[in-house]
Amino acid sequence: MDAAPDTAPPAVGSPALARSLARVARRRQLAAIALTLPLLLFLLLTFLVPIGALLTRAVENPEVAAALPHVAQALAGWDRRSPPPDAAFAAVAADLARLADSADAGALARRLNTEVGGARSLVMGTYRALPLAAGLAPDRVRAQMLAIDPRWSELKYWHAIAKNAARWTPDYVLAAVDLRRDPEGALERMAPDQRVFGRILLRTFAISAVVTLWALALGYPLAYWLSTLAARRANMLMILVLVPFWTSILVRVAAWIVLLQREGLVNKALLSLSLVDEPLALLFNRTGVVIALVHILLPFMILPLYSVMKSVPGTYLRAAVSLGSPPLAAFVRVYVPQTLPGIGAGALLVFILCIGYYVTPALLGGADDQMLSYYIAQYTNVDINWGMACALGALLLTATLALYAVYRRVAGAELNLG
Amino acid sequence: MNKTLAAAALALCPALPALAANLTVVNFGGANANAQKAAYYEPFDKAGLGKVVAVEYNGEQAKIKAMVDTKKVSWDVVEAESPDAARGCEEGLFEKIDWAKVGPKADFQPAAVTECGVGIFVWSTVMAYDSSKVKTAPASWADFWDTRKFVGKRGMRKGARYNLEFALMADGVKPADVYKMLATQEGADRAFRKLGELKPQIQWWEAGAQPPQFLVAGDVILTTAFNGRISAAQKEGKALAVGWYGNIYDLDYWVIPKGTPNKELAYKFIHFASTPEAQAVYAQNIAYGPTNTKALAKLGDKVQANLPTAPANAKDALQFSVKFWADEGEALEKRFASWAAQ
Repeated sequence: MDAAPDTAPPAVGSPALARSLARVARRRQLAAIALTLPLLLFLLLTFLVPIGALLTRAVENPEVAAALPHVAQALAGWDRRSPPPDAAFAAVAADLARLADSADAGALARRLNTEVGGARSLVMGTYRALPLAAGLAPDRVRAQMLAIDPRWSELKYWHAIAKNAARWTPDYVLAAVDLRRDPEGALERMAPDQRVFGRILLRTFAISAVVTLWALALGYPLAYWLSTLAARRANMLMILVLVPFWTSILVRVAAWIVLLQREGLVNKALLSLSLVDEPLALLFNRTGVVIALVHILLPFMILPLYSVMKSVPGTYLRAAVSLGSPPLAAFVRVYVPQTLPGIGAGALLVFILCIGYYVTPALLGGADDQMLSYYIAQYTNVDINWGMACALGALLLTATLALYAVYRRVAGAELNLG
Repeated sequence: MNKTLAAAALALCPALPALAANLTVVNFGGANANAQKAAYYEPFDKAGLGKVVAVEYNGEQAKIKAMVDTKKVSWDVVEAESPDAARGCEEGLFEKIDWAKVGPKADFQPAAVTECGVGIFVWSTVMAYDSSKVKTAPASWADFWDTRKFVGKRGMRKGARYNLEFALMADGVKPADVYKMLATQEGADRAFRKLGELKPQIQWWEAGAQPPQFLVAGDVILTTAFNGRISAAQKEGKALAVGWYGNIYDLDYWVIPKGTPNKELAYKFIHFASTPEAQAVYAQNIAYGPTNTKALAKLGDKVQANLPTAPANAKDALQFSVKFWADEGEALEKRFASWAAQ
C-alpha cells in the first residue's frame, strides 16, 4: 500500500510532473530511434562504411612502410640528387631478405611499379637473389646489389621508395586529377602522355550532358501526351515505357548491336530508302553509345516528368488561352514552368546515372568513348591498383556531389521525385 | 531457439564444402569453355575422379584477390592469362605448384612450366580476314597498315597490349627486336606514332567474340583476333582466314587460388588435363596448341596446321613478354588512353 502516493497524479507545475513528462518524452524518443535503427544500421553498413573504406583506400599506402621499415630512416638525409647512401642499399637488402612471404615482396613490387615502370621486375628479381652473405660492409652491399641488378643505380627507383615511405599518400588522388609530386615533394603536372583523367572526366560529363538533353527532348513530349490521356490508356502505354526498363541492359545492348551494325536493320532501311549512299557508322563510336544510353535512361526522365505533369491542373493552360494567349506561348510560358521540378529531377537522375555507366560504352564505344568507370574497372581488375581505382571513384563521387550542390543552388530546391 | 539455429548454421557451414566433392573450375567461356568441357571436365567425371562445376569469368583478378584476402576461396582451379598468373604468383594469390603431382616437367614446353601455373594451351593473336572479300592475302603487318591496298576498317583490341607490338612490326621492326625497341622511349613513341596513322580506320573490339562478327558483318576488312575464335568460325562454315606472320603467342595457365579446401582434387584435375590424351582431344576441339609435347603426335596434320605451335605458323611469331607488360603495362595503358583521346 506504500505505492499509493506514486499512482496519484503529481500536482500541476510540480517538479514531479516535469520529471514524469520528461520521462514520457524520452521513452517516445527511444521508441522512435528503435524504429529507425534498422534502417540507420542498414545505411551505415551498406552505404557509409563502403564509401568510407573507399576514401581511406584512396590515401592508404602501407606497402613500402611495411616491407621496407628501415629504409625511410636510411634515406632521411638524402638530397634526392646524388646517389643514395650505402646505408640505404644495406637497409633495402636487409629488409627485403627479411620478408618471409613472397606476397609481401609482390605487394611492394606492385606499389613501386605504379609509380615507376620496371620496379616490379627490379624488386622481384632482387628479392629472389637475396639474401646476401652475412656481415657485409655497407659499401660491399651496394656493389652486390648493383651486381644483382644495375638498375639500382637509377635514381627514379629510389625516388619512388623515398616518396612512399609514409603510410598515407596523396599520390593516388593527385594522379586522379593529373598531378604528381616531384622528388622534392613539390606539385607538378603529369607528363603530357600520362595526362588523361581530366580529359576523361570532361568526356564523361559531355556524354552525360548530351544523353540528358536527348532524353529530355524525347521524354518531355511523350510524358506530356501520357499525362493528357485517360488513366486506362496511360497505364497501358506506361507499360510500354517500363518493359524495356525491366529488361537486362546486356540484352538491350545486344539488340542495339543487331540494329545498328553496318549491315544491320537501320542501315539497310536507310539504304533502301536511298537516304544515304553508304552505310552509316552507328556503332563502336560516340553515336552508338549515346543512342543506347538514351534508350536505357529514358524511363528515368519520363517517370518524374509524368508524375509532375499529372499534378498540373489543365485549367491554367485553358485560362491563359481564353485570356488571349496563343496556344504555343501559353504552353511555353504557363505550362512548362509548372513542370520545372519534373525537368530538374529527371535531368539530374539521368545525368547522375549516366556518369557512372560502364558496360554500355565498353561494348558499344570506341577507345575514346570510354567514361571514367571504365578506367576504374581497368584499375580494379586488370592492374589490381585499388588505390588508383578508389581515387578515381572518389573523384566521381565528388563530381556527383558538386553537381548536386550546383543543382540545389540553381533550382533553389531539394531533389523532388514527385 | 536463436542460439540453436545459429549453432546449426555454424555446424553446417564448414560441412558444406566437404559434402560437395565438386571441383569449381573457372574458365573464359565461349568456344574455349566448350572444348575444355569435352576434353577435360566430362572425361574427368567419367573417370570417376570428381564432378567439375564450370564457372565463367572474364579474367578479373579482383575477385580472386578478394577471395584470398578474406580466406573464403570457392574457386578451386582457375584458367589465368600469363600476366595474371605471374603477378598473382608474386603477390601470393596462388599456390606454388608441386610438379610431382602434375607430371614430368620434361614433357612440357619450357614456357608451360612455371612456379604457380601449369600451361594449358598456346594461343595466338593473329591477323584475320574474310577470304571471300579479300582477293590477295595480306602477308605482313605493313599490309595491315596499307589502307590503299586493303580499303576498309581495321579491327583492333581496345588497349595498348598487342597493338604496340603490331605497330612496330608494321614499321619494319623484326619480331625478335620488338620488345627491345618498345622498352625505349623512342620505341614507344614510334609505336604510338605508327598506331596513330591507322587510328581513323580502327574499329575497337573488347571481347574475343567480336572480331569474327565484325568480319562476317562486313564491318571491317582486316582485324586482329584470337586464332581459336577464327578457327571456330571456320568450323561453322564462315570463309575466314588467318595470316600468321608476326603473330603474338602466349599461354594460358591453370592456377590454384591459395587456400582452396579442394587442393588435392585440384591437383588431380590438373594432372588429368595435362595428359597427352586429354590435351589432344582439346586441340581437336579448338585450334589452340597443346603444352604437353607428347600430345602433338596424336594430332593429324590437318589439325596441326591450324595450331600456333605448328612450325610454319611459329616461324615469324613473337612470344608475348609477360615481364615487359608487367613492368610497363600500367604506364603504357594510361598513355594509350591519353593517345585515344587526342
